[in-house]
Amino acid sequence: MSASRKHSYYEASARQRVLGVLDRGSFREILPPRERVTSPHLAALELPVSFDDGVIVGEGLLDGKTVLVAAQEGGFMGGAVGEVHGAKITGLLERAKDERPAGVLLLIESGGVRLHEANAGLIAVSEIMRALVEARLAGVAVLALIGGAYGCFGGMAIVARCCDALIMSEEGRLGLSGPEVIETVMGAEEFDSRDRALVWRTTGGKHRYLLGEADALVADDIAAFRAAALQHLGSRPLDAQALEAEHALLAERLGRFGDCADAHEIWRRLGIADVERLPLLEAAEFLAVAAGRGR
Amino acid sequence: MEFPRLLDELFPRGHRVQVEGQVVWGSGGSGAGEIAVIGTTGRAAIGVEIALALAGHVLDVVRRHPGRPILLLVDTSGQRLSRRDELLGINGYLAHLAKALALARAQGHLLVALVYGEAVSGGFLSFGMMADYVYALRDAQVRVMNLAAMARVTKIPLERLEALSRTSPVFAPGVENYVKMGAVDALWEGDLALELAAALRKPPRPDVRRALGFERGGRAQALEVARRVREATDA
Repeated sequence: MSASRKHSYYEASARQRVLGVLDRGSFREILPPRERVTSPHLAALELPVSFDDGVIVGEGLLDGKTVLVAAQEGGFMGGAVGEVHGAKITGLLERAKDERPAGVLLLIESGGVRLHEANAGLIAVSEIMRALVEARLAGVAVLALIGGAYGCFGGMAIVARCCDALIMSEEGRLGLSGPEVIETVMGAEEFDSRDRALVWRTTGGKHRYLLGEADALVADDIAAFRAAALQHLGSRPLDAQALEAEHALLAERLGRFGDCADAHEIWRRLGIADVERLPLLEAAEFLAVAAGRGR
Repeated sequence: MEFPRLLDELFPRGHRVQVEGQVVWGSGGSGAGEIAVIGTTGRAAIGVEIALALAGHVLDVVRRHPGRPILLLVDTSGQRLSRRDELLGINGYLAHLAKALALARAQGHLLVALVYGEAVSGGFLSFGMMADYVYALRDAQVRVMNLAAMARVTKIPLERLEALSRTSPVFAPGVENYVKMGAVDALWEGDLALELAAALRKPPRPDVRRALGFERGGRAQALEVARRVREATDA
């Protein structure tokens, strides 16, 4: 045991994450639960609503710098995006364009579009994407933090990769179609969602870091997420040069790993000798093994 | 509508659009001059290769034809569902496509999307929905998921969802619902070349879909909620 007690990001609620990532006592929520801003569509289905529709938004300080923050609560409908939930995030990103804070932190925990309000949810995710790129084009850094139990899937996985930087823990998962969805539609031989090790090495933080999808891999500790957010708090250009470079990277990845059927093959090609051991390593040991490989 | 006929109707003066696999690109003559054309055909499932190819064509237009309007031709059954695409980080490829389109907009390319086949979920999000203006043919299909699958996932009886769909555009697939909610501007029902010419005369615009959805009675909350967050002074 280390001397300083860890506070698990994975186990924490959205509110605990916000309070732990930001400077103590600095968070000021916008449309807090007392405002009762809830989903009309869930009410129409006679389903329980949440007084914040599953996402907390507001302002605070990160090491003294003003940041805007949104945190999705996986405990409410898996953090899925509905009309109101999405509009809160979109409004926050537009606020960032007006106010030019040091950055926007998106604490993403979401299965994607909330199917109970499918069309509104899909459009809401699109509105988040448009507001996000507008904020970036205005020079505001937007960071994605992923480490919750529900991971980051569906449209929110596209949102995450539209950000300036993406910070993950190894417990965090990132993917477009969840393993269960692929299994349901394509069969268990395509993706066995009960094979935990397979799911982990396909969608988990370590693979995403090795692939270059995540910019930082941190331990499951709120303080570690805070430190990484501070370290990556800087705007990266969203211009022709940056996108040409990203294009070349993605083409190279496809050429290099396009025929790999499993993450183990990718890791071997990256020069990692003992791929079976990789899942067992603590974040610091893993980073030492990963240093200079791939990405 | 069959793809070759669609091109003939959009570009009666002729076009230079190529088809490679399910990716289409090239240019066509319009009243406003030559415009770029990029899209997919055959209800393409968008995997990493197609996403990368589409982004490459967008970046090409930005590089070689500054300011040229781009017509996005949408026919996609959604993202490709495969473990291999997930392994390679398909969400990053789709995000790259979306960012390439955002770059084109920022550099003064007007983006007009036409849904002429299907428009589903992730494939639509990262492509057609990034446009300034989105139009659709009447027989186009727009959806997240069909109602039966939605009933299975949400555990709400199908009859219940069907009943609600009659009064609310929120659940059911259908291009009219996307018009009502502001994500599709209008249907193109007349002469497609004239419709295209009219769309190309419009100015670039910020994201007004919430306002459209509110005016059209499809989305009552999004406009006001986003405004309150944006303008809150007591934070």
